[in-house]
Amino acid sequence: MGRFITRRLLLTVSVLIGASFLIFAMVYALPGDPIRALAGDRPLAPAVVAQLRAQYNLDDPFFVQYIKYVGGLFQGDFGSDFSGRPVLDTISQRLPVTIQLTAVAVIFEILIGVTAGVLAALRRNSFFDNLVLVSSTLLVSIPVFVLGFVSQYVLGYKLGLFPIAGINEGWYSYLLPGLVLASLSMAYVARLTRTAVSESMAADYIRTARSKGVGYSRIVTRHALRNSLIPVVTFIGADIGALLGGAIITESVFNIPDSAAPSSTLCRTRKVLWSSASSR
Amino acid sequence: MRVKRVIAAVSAGFVAAGLLAACGGGSASGAEGVYSLHIMQPENPLVPGNTTESEGNQVLKSLFTPLVRYNDETSEVEYTGVAKSVESEDQMTWTIELNEGWTFHDGTPVTAKSYVDAWNYTALSTNAFGASYFFENVKGYDELQAADGAEPAATAMSGLEAVNDTTISVELKEPFAIFPVTLGYTAFYPLPEAFFDDPDAFGRRPIGNGPFKADEDFVDGQGFTVTKYEDYAGDNPAQAEGVQFKVYTELTTAFTDVQAGGLDVLLDLPLDAWATARDQFGDRYVERARPDITALSFPTYDERFADPRVREAFSMEIDRQAITTAIFTDTRTPAASFGSPVVEGYREDACGAKCELNVEQANKLLDEAGFDRSRPVDLWFNAGAGHDQWMTAIGNQFRSNLGVEYALRGDLQFAQYLPLQDDKGMTGPFRMGWIMDYPSLYNFLAPVYSTAATPPAGSNMSFYSNPEFDGALSAGNNADTLDEATVEYQRAEDILFRDMPATPLFYGLNQAVTSDRVDNVKIDAFGDIVTEEVTVG
Repeated sequence: MGRFITRRLLLTVSVLIGASFLIFAMVYALPGDPIRALAGDRPLAPAVVAQLRAQYNLDDPFFVQYIKYVGGLFQGDFGSDFSGRPVLDTISQRLPVTIQLTAVAVIFEILIGVTAGVLAALRRNSFFDNLVLVSSTLLVSIPVFVLGFVSQYVLGYKLGLFPIAGINEGWYSYLLPGLVLASLSMAYVARLTRTAVSESMAADYIRTARSKGVGYSRIVTRHALRNSLIPVVTFIGADIGALLGGAIITESVFNIPDSAAPSSTLCRTRKVLWSSASSR
Repeated sequence: MRVKRVIAAVSAGFVAAGLLAACGGGSASGAEGVYSLHIMQPENPLVPGNTTESEGNQVLKSLFTPLVRYNDETSEVEYTGVAKSVESEDQMTWTIELNEGWTFHDGTPVTAKSYVDAWNYTALSTNAFGASYFFENVKGYDELQAADGAEPAATAMSGLEAVNDTTISVELKEPFAIFPVTLGYTAFYPLPEAFFDDPDAFGRRPIGNGPFKADEDFVDGQGFTVTKYEDYAGDNPAQAEGVQFKVYTELTTAFTDVQAGGLDVLLDLPLDAWATARDQFGDRYVERARPDITALSFPTYDERFADPRVREAFSMEIDRQAITTAIFTDTRTPAASFGSPVVEGYREDACGAKCELNVEQANKLLDEAGFDRSRPVDLWFNAGAGHDQWMTAIGNQFRSNLGVEYALRGDLQFAQYLPLQDDKGMTGPFRMGWIMDYPSLYNFLAPVYSTAATPPAGSNMSFYSNPEFDGALSAGNNADTLDEATVEYQRAEDILFRDMPATPLFYGLNQAVTSDRVDNVKIDAFGDIVTEEVTVG
């Protein structure tokens, strides 16, 4: 077990190296001049342009830039964006927010997704089962930003149940964005659970337990659910990773300052250095 | 059954959330006397010398008062700021006299040194400040520019001197009659000693001399609150107790928040609200002509557009009114002058017949010039800024009025688009946008059409170069009075209309909506909210 974990961790290091190199290379390959784009329609004094280029090593060949970047990483220097703000500062400011949002989303995902999936599996072909199937299909087909804007307008503005934007009300402000964020995954989790539980319920060991007289609820939770949760847990684990990267659309609709915000602004304005660091 | 209990538990959870909602509510307005104002994330830390975009400018305007201010109606310079007077005998050496009694928010006095040190710091190229080019015309500026990695020759401009605590002497390279008019811009704000001790901390919590002061750090992505500065020396003290600058990434979210009451002032509406906001908000809607211009520029270096008659023809076949009505639902006004209506010297019909729709004449001119109508014309603009619709409309007018096919070239972002323009890569007419730095016709002409502004030094993307035009601008700079200077600038504008390196299209409109908590929300000539005049409650 220990060896397995150590091996996995070592593999993580090589994945990190590979991923960081690929991301750096791809962002570097983007055409255009990021310094020139900084100024927009206004002129930028040539000496200032030269100064900025030197500061960000933009005149160095590709590999030298990469080595300098990795060297900086090892020293704890994640570099700074083109406005001079240290990347590490921005990440540490936004990471707690991302973690909170992810936590809320995952809790919703598990609570609603697993419950709905189990109930649907237990009452196959009933009204509830069909309801779960239809609503999960609906959630998957509606784009996230539509869901976001509509729920913001209806639940936030018209009904006044939730704050519209920002994180000013503590945990309460994360409820609606978390729900919207979890919507897609909720649908997947529900379906996964439904399939897995209904398969398990048909297994031999369940029949044995029944014949031995074990109560129905114990059978479902203690025996069937435990085994059927394997694919679900795997999915949720991968999902947590994805959510920690920041939810670009939900973040902009609800104005949550999480890690996605700089990525989305920067993708639009093509500022190289921050993009590389934040895409971990 | 266990399962039923789970359902019950979950439903109870939602009911509890609903009950909490009753307490939470949908809108959290600010503290007593504090109103909230929407901004997008400023590009750079809040240092005046490195702030050249509108969001940072809006924040800094509440924290600083400039040397000179501008009359709201006429945009004329008024000496109600820090400067008592700005005078010169020869339009080349200027003496700025400061009023006494002005202090920074940390209590230190505002002296001539505060300005000289700040301006030198901004001009020094190793600091890489975006507003550096505003000091280009000061004697000694070139010594502060490092050439390729070497150190700059000096750190202080020889033409800039703090004669005593209340007098600044500025010697320019050439006469510049409208120098006082430029002094209201952000680049010329003073800086306290505290800035030089820790520029990074200053960028998060600026210390200015304006009606509001910053008591907390600016949090990226969220904003901060500024409070009324009690020892303010100007005649425009803050009417509210404070302003909460709220950063939003999505305009639609901000718009919904204003309707819900969670945001008090929103300047800059989402696209779908432009036409409906006026009716929807009634007297909570404010608008003002934007001091900008959108023009269609021509690449004078391209052989197809080298003939002025071709450019004139294209100018005459654009139906500006149709575009502003149909595409922009009258949130733009057709332009017939290169300067904005807010500047002195603006003439409503400066262009005359050349900017009026006259398809017959346009076709005649094209034939005369021997323009090849069989080859399509490329229409260039930068991607992702919402220009597709109106550029398509322009192209359609080419097709229907002139019989010339067009191809939209709007797929490049600024990062590629701008260097391409610098390299004379425009193969057809392109969008040119300019927002004013200071209220003068000169600011709309020189940075965009003078020879000195040829890229990469400036924004003269059409590469137009006419010594007669430069001469008229120069004559204006040498004039003895502002009125005489304006006459010369108008003469320069007439030369532009003779050659038509570009044709004016329309002016923008600044629109703002407010919640019912606030009153007296005004937009100034620069397109910013006058933060100190807004009242709460």
